[in-house]
Amino acid sequence: MTVKSIQGEYPVVMMDSVERFHGNQLVYINWDHHTSFCSANTYPLPPDMPFGALTAEVLPGVLGAHPDFPQIQWDKVEWMLDGEGFTPDMDKSLKDNGVGHKSLIRFRTLGLKGYRGTGN
Amino acid sequence: MARKLNMRKRYELLTRGLGWEPTYQPREKVFSNETYEGIKITDWSKWEDPFRLTVDAYWKYQAEKDKKLYAVMDSFAQNNAHLNVADASYVNALKLFIQGVTPLEYAAHRNFARLARQFGGEGAQIACQMQSIDELRHAQTQIHTISHYNKHFNGLHDPFHMFDRVWYLSVPKSYFDDASSAGPFEFITSVSFAFEYLLTNLLFVPFMSGAAYNGDMATVTFGFSAQSDESRHMTLGLEIIKFLLEQHEDNVPIVQGWIDKHFWRAYRVLALVSMMQDYMLPESPMSWKEAWEIYFVENAGALFNDLGRYGLRMPRHHEVATAEAEHLSHQVFGIFYNYTHAAALNLGLPGEKKMDWLSEKYPNTFDKYYRPRYEMWAQMAKEGKRFYNGGLPQLCQVCQVPMAFTEIGKGDPMQFSYRVSEYNGEKFHTCSDGCKDIFDHEPEKYVHAWLPVHQILQGNCGGATIPDVLNWYHFQPEDSGEYAGSADEIRWKAMHGKAAESTQDAA
Repeated sequence: MTVKSIQGEYPVVMMDSVERFHGNQLVYINWDHHTSFCSANTYPLPPDMPFGALTAEVLPGVLGAHPDFPQIQWDKVEWMLDGEGFTPDMDKSLKDNGVGHKSLIRFRTLGLKGYRGTGN
Repeated sequence: MARKLNMRKRYELLTRGLGWEPTYQPREKVFSNETYEGIKITDWSKWEDPFRLTVDAYWKYQAEKDKKLYAVMDSFAQNNAHLNVADASYVNALKLFIQGVTPLEYAAHRNFARLARQFGGEGAQIACQMQSIDELRHAQTQIHTISHYNKHFNGLHDPFHMFDRVWYLSVPKSYFDDASSAGPFEFITSVSFAFEYLLTNLLFVPFMSGAAYNGDMATVTFGFSAQSDESRHMTLGLEIIKFLLEQHEDNVPIVQGWIDKHFWRAYRVLALVSMMQDYMLPESPMSWKEAWEIYFVENAGALFNDLGRYGLRMPRHHEVATAEAEHLSHQVFGIFYNYTHAAALNLGLPGEKKMDWLSEKYPNTFDKYYRPRYEMWAQMAKEGKRFYNGGLPQLCQVCQVPMAFTEIGKGDPMQFSYRVSEYNGEKFHTCSDGCKDIFDHEPEKYVHAWLPVHQILQGNCGGATIPDVLNWYHFQPEDSGEYAGSADEIRWKAMHGKAAESTQDAA
């Protein structure tokens, strides 16, 4: 399908292409069954950042407020990348783990399903 | 013509006698927007305006109404009647209204003026001119009504500037920009039919009956004043659809596609209203779910039975919207509680009385899913760690709401709903099948979305920190944050001679 326009071809401007983010790429990350965080979050991250820096440095600042957070056993977390289960290599970069611009990373924490198990 | 003509005759002369066939330029150049959407009009004279309003009758009628309205506004101001509202937290509803709805009235004014120019039939031109003036009057009278509150409460001072920039106002703005940047027939299907005919009661009734229940007589009077215009617009919306369908059978699938799209877009805008209705009104006349059942499920069901003879069916994904009715307001309130520090609203958790009302109105969902969330947040607040989301949300590429909606239809209401499309080698995320369908139909259009979160991260919104961005929004520091202890609450208590102490249970 294409947009119908009065004259000529409808122009396409990629408003959120990766080069507009000053060397970063956007990565969306969500902690499943913790919907008190109202949605996944948007993070601008260097593609060369090691995956392990996510759990060590990036996520605690945003998700650390949740009472479940200190109990996460990171070696037992189930990860999903863009809808498929995957096992990240913590020492490799986001890029080398296959995390691209506007990728969605989700993770599930074994035994932790939000406040009193309610998904919050 | 010595004898005075009756209204009907005057209407005929005014709307049917004023047109002519152009000779200096070909007709398709004069009305250059009329055919490119694929809509076929064979006979504009079949356009029936059920009200047959003429300009002189319009002026007389509207002048009388406005005179009454301004008299009420004057006495409201002289008597400091803002002191009579149920609670200062009610003013949040007015903040959302003037920030998110009044700019739509103004945008509608501009667009109906465009339609009056672009439609080739005189009857349609006149109807669109009148609606254009209506919409401008609505914007003005809303600003005048609410300006009294602006003297006493925060967050009301610069709505048009905010509308163009603020993350949650990009929801109504992007919907209207979507319709405005389409052709004239798509615009009128979107705004006059999908919004004004199908869904306007879900916008107006909550705000106006909310005003009545909470002692805001100025806004109630505005509502009465606008009501007769709104019913005219609704009738017009239905007439337009019937006119398009009767003109040519090729119009049917095009119109159906527009109804599917704009129903869903308008419904996502109303998600903000659902939150207002269930969480911002100290006294609630009706829950979102009840309003949805009456104004959509019953009314639209009957309407589409009637429209079935033209080959139209109910808008796609309407059943998803109905299933969401038990969750919608709670999920949207969750967004605003996460980001109260970045909204020009002062919100707090519902108090016990409100929680019980929500349990009663949402017996299948509230106690199971949402009450525990508020208990957790209340506990955190008690420990001095009021919960705010420290990151930026992921937004839907189409509706621009943070991706807070869940897989209700799949029986998994605590699982966020993720949809993704690829276009030009890039991923585009949407919150629902409804938004994904819209994206996939015209991806070139939606890659142009001005997504507030991405714009902040590109460095286009005043700076890298939240205070920078809020300053760029023209928010004052006291406009945002928890209601308890807010400048509004303190001032409200002072107005009533009470000590300026905060109450957690204010809402």
